[in-house]
Amino acid sequence: MKPGKAVKSKAIRRNRITAYTFLLPNIIGFLVFIFVPVIASFCMSFTSWNGFGNIEFIGLDNYKQLLKDTNFKISFINSILFMLISVPITLLISVLIAIALNRGIRFVKVFRTAVFLPYVTATIAVAAVWQLIFNPSMGPINGTLMKLGIDSPPGWLSSPSWALISVSIVYIWHSVGYYMILFLAGLQNIPDYLYEAAELDGAGPITKFFHITLPSLSPVLFFTTIIGVINSFKVFDLIYVLTGGGPGRSTHVLVYDIYNTAFKQFEYGYASAMAYVLFLVILIISIIQFSGQKKWVNY
Amino acid sequence: MNIATEAQVYTPEVKKKKKFAVGQAIKYIVVILVSLTMVLPFVWMLSASLKLETEIFGFPIKWIPETFRWENYKEVWTAVPFHIYYLNTLKIAVITTILVIINSSLAGYAFAKIKFPESNRLFFIYVATMMIPYQVMMIPQFMLMKQLGLVNSHWALIILGAFNPFGVFLFRQFFLSIPDELLEAARIDGLSEFGIYWRIILPLSKPAIATLVIFSFMHSWNDFLGPLIYLTSDHLYTLQLGIQHFITEYNTEYSLLMAAAVSAVVPTIIVYFLAQDHFIKGVANTGIKG
Repeated sequence: MKPGKAVKSKAIRRNRITAYTFLLPNIIGFLVFIFVPVIASFCMSFTSWNGFGNIEFIGLDNYKQLLKDTNFKISFINSILFMLISVPITLLISVLIAIALNRGIRFVKVFRTAVFLPYVTATIAVAAVWQLIFNPSMGPINGTLMKLGIDSPPGWLSSPSWALISVSIVYIWHSVGYYMILFLAGLQNIPDYLYEAAELDGAGPITKFFHITLPSLSPVLFFTTIIGVINSFKVFDLIYVLTGGGPGRSTHVLVYDIYNTAFKQFEYGYASAMAYVLFLVILIISIIQFSGQKKWVNY
Repeated sequence: MNIATEAQVYTPEVKKKKKFAVGQAIKYIVVILVSLTMVLPFVWMLSASLKLETEIFGFPIKWIPETFRWENYKEVWTAVPFHIYYLNTLKIAVITTILVIINSSLAGYAFAKIKFPESNRLFFIYVATMMIPYQVMMIPQFMLMKQLGLVNSHWALIILGAFNPFGVFLFRQFFLSIPDELLEAARIDGLSEFGIYWRIILPLSKPAIATLVIFSFMHSWNDFLGPLIYLTSDHLYTLQLGIQHFITEYNTEYSLLMAAAVSAVVPTIIVYFLAQDHFIKGVANTGIKG
């Protein structure tokens, strides 16, 4: 071995020791509270464990049971529906607001604060307010609708066909601000000279939008759709407070079901299997998005 | 002839200006409408919290209550141990935040400023865990905490909150922007690696620290699922669980519920207004560079 190489490998070892010393608290926490639980719940999903007694290995039975479970099917469909309603609308509103706020407008800070405000407030408090606002007989929304001559306005949270939409409305209201900030940051990264050059070539606002703004924003759009989809599957607080999964099962979503199965019915094995199905769904959607990105994302 | 050409030349300009003004007007209308939609529920909440029970659902909406009933707040703060919920939430949020800052900045430093072969791979695993839904680890974590005797204690929430891949990510990105030459100079001067972290990097990282303080504080303050799983005794409840009291037990008294909601929301709004720029920069930076 050449002396130079020995010195180098010694330096690497020294660096490694320092690095791991810095990482130590985090690595311990990561292993104990994330890595081990992720593996443990995978193993648990093949058992019928309820927290007490012996752990019985039952193979794929939990997963087979899930396929037959109509309640699980309803939650699964509700989660997908919730995503399909809330993600596109949230992204559309937030990108439009971001574009409007990006240039040539006054009081940007005031508007930005207003739109962002719901995001920093606790969903529990916010849900309590919306519950009253949506009150079908006395709430301000239906009061306004009836004043406008609509005799039988929707029952919102208490109507099986409107409940999921109502929850989506609150969810969209709560999260638009977050995505707006992401889009604003993306827009601010687009250099002015691109627009100036386009103007010199006689491009109008529509051309500029489709040929400069949209392509430049595509990495942010990609990122926000991924985050948006993942977040939409996570919505728990809102549903817990607004509807408790009801009326009927109309707002039962996966995370709500997992919580109930684990901490109300104590079927830990079954709940773990449900959690892994959720994980798988998120993973598959993300993989589809990642593999599709080459077609439309410009870096 | 001359005038005609001049007119021809100028018409498009005029048209463009008019179009521009219309576009501008639409822009303002949309932005104002959206902003109002965002803010009105808060105004409604505030006004309802100061009203008589019977006055809340009056139509047309009375934005300003007939008489301001400050008693509602007094009742909220005495009917249930609201001050205890406040202190509990504050305790969890503050301790978690301090631990997150220490923990994440140390790890972020290792990933950004110490060269070791598996650095990038390890960091990638870290970031990838952010995509795993909480539900996947929720049950074994609970079992573990039960074994440790930490169920129905604030420490379960604090410990779980203290390990946050997002914080590591935020610090790493920030530290990468600090030039290596600065560290090299310090190394030549004989400063230890920890000395560099503590005396050079951290003082330069106030913006990153501020961002994470706000994020972590808001996150713990607003957390619901964690306390719902881990806390069973009323005297340990956080604010978010406490509000539940008003929804389930006092559900006829909407004005009290609204007063409780306002009380729970005010601290995060204050924090947000104080540190708005850091917060927004934090969202933007971590979001975009992912």
